[in-house]
Amino acid sequence: MSQIDNVGVGGKPRSRRQAYEDKLRRKSLLIAVMSSAAVVLAMVVLVPMAPGWDRVVKSFFNWSVMTRTFPGLLEAFVQNIMIFAWSAPLIAVLGLVIALMRDARSPVLFPLRIFGAAYTDIFRGLPVILTVYLIGFGIPGLGLSRPYNSPYLWGTVALVLTYSAYVAEIFRGGIDSVHSSQRSAAQSLGLSDRDVMRYVVLPQAIRKVVPAQMNMLIALQKDVALLSFIGPVEIFRQAGVYKSLSANFTPYVGAAIIFLAVTIPATRYADYLMQKQARERS
Amino acid sequence: MPKLALRDVIKEFGDNRVCDGITLDVDAGDMVCLIGASGAGKSTLLRCINLLEPIEDGGIFLDGVDISVPGLDPEPVRRRIGMVFQSYNLFPHMTAVENVMLAPRRVHKSTRAALLPEVEALFSRFGLADRMGHYPDQLSGGQQQRVAIVRALAMRPEVMLFDEITSALDPQLVGEVLDVLRTLKADGMTMVLATHEMGFAREAADKVCFLKDGKIIEEGRPAELFDAPRKPATQAFLARALK
Repeated sequence: MSQIDNVGVGGKPRSRRQAYEDKLRRKSLLIAVMSSAAVVLAMVVLVPMAPGWDRVVKSFFNWSVMTRTFPGLLEAFVQNIMIFAWSAPLIAVLGLVIALMRDARSPVLFPLRIFGAAYTDIFRGLPVILTVYLIGFGIPGLGLSRPYNSPYLWGTVALVLTYSAYVAEIFRGGIDSVHSSQRSAAQSLGLSDRDVMRYVVLPQAIRKVVPAQMNMLIALQKDVALLSFIGPVEIFRQAGVYKSLSANFTPYVGAAIIFLAVTIPATRYADYLMQKQARERS
Repeated sequence: MPKLALRDVIKEFGDNRVCDGITLDVDAGDMVCLIGASGAGKSTLLRCINLLEPIEDGGIFLDGVDISVPGLDPEPVRRRIGMVFQSYNLFPHMTAVENVMLAPRRVHKSTRAALLPEVEALFSRFGLADRMGHYPDQLSGGQQQRVAIVRALAMRPEVMLFDEITSALDPQLVGEVLDVLRTLKADGMTMVLATHEMGFAREAADKVCFLKDGKIIEEGRPAELFDAPRKPATQAFLARALK
């Protein structure tokens, strides 16, 4: 081995093992790049050769339809964001309230406990779309006057009811996961049960469930599209309109791209938070 | 009248009788050490005194008043009895000073500003003056345990309970925590310790109780109990513990 081989970046001496591992790393990087290039090349060359590819392109990836409809889709997506933005805080608050109800110990509050349990059972047990239909169509159908017959309003209510049941269960899991020694320590100081929950248990519980609740937010963001079935012209419904107008599925692909642009980064961030938490706990 | 008196205290977890008729007097200003193997009932007894566990039968008297009456509001009693745990149990989401101020703020309705001089004095007294703003995970075990003691002291308790507070510490950190106990003893604090530190119990305790299977087998002044144990069970335990 020559003298030069033993010198790393900046003239710092490299250990034998470092040199060996660098060599391995360069080799595996090269292999990964070449194999990826081969797969991409195969896809680019082979997939268009498949029978019917022309029709697939025309139907799903029609450039002119895409450029015509994309701005409208984006505009409709604002609707999704609005519904999302005002239901998310309501869900967080209602979910927390339901979770605390199920934790109530005093006999006076027993009805609340039963209610909390029944609530989570029912709304977690129903398909979301059924709740959306039942409440979003059903309640305006009672003959309410404007603006209380708006499907926006009742559709959002349906989402809030459903999602707060899931969110409540996550909060409850977080509350249960705070070690009993924390409660003991707080009680031994003479704090009331309420203060123990508010200052000691809940802050720790909420921190623990942030990543799990992030995943609920992402699911909610997607499920806002379910409201399209009862009226609000959000992105999914708008895409349907464009599809009919242009007799082409490209608007759905456009909608999918917009959804993914939001959900993929959000999912990655939630995964990152979860991994970080797992590391901190180990 | 003893500051704290236990009379035939019985505590059961299901079929398991953890405290089996414990009777004990703790005079004001005394340090009483409970020794015995793990599972002998020392920790459970301390938790019962602080009303963290309800007792099945018997009585616990603070200044002659039975505090173990079923249905009694435990919070005012707990404020008079401080407790420190083996695993520190600091609140991880609060700094050391917030840990200490939480209970006085909520229970005594004091403000941070009003509490600060007293709390600062406590921190500096126990060598923690520069650690007030640190979170528990930025502190060593010995520092965390001293903060936990300060947290209990900030409520100005009349009795302090210590549940094997040095058992989770690295050996070189045990000394700094035992020093805190010596200081409290000099202040005249009434204390009950569950401990495995036999040397400390012999040096500092006014009374040592040997527990086995939920019963006090033998009690006495440390010199008597350590040097001339009368019961075979005590002799066997000490022979193993002091080896």
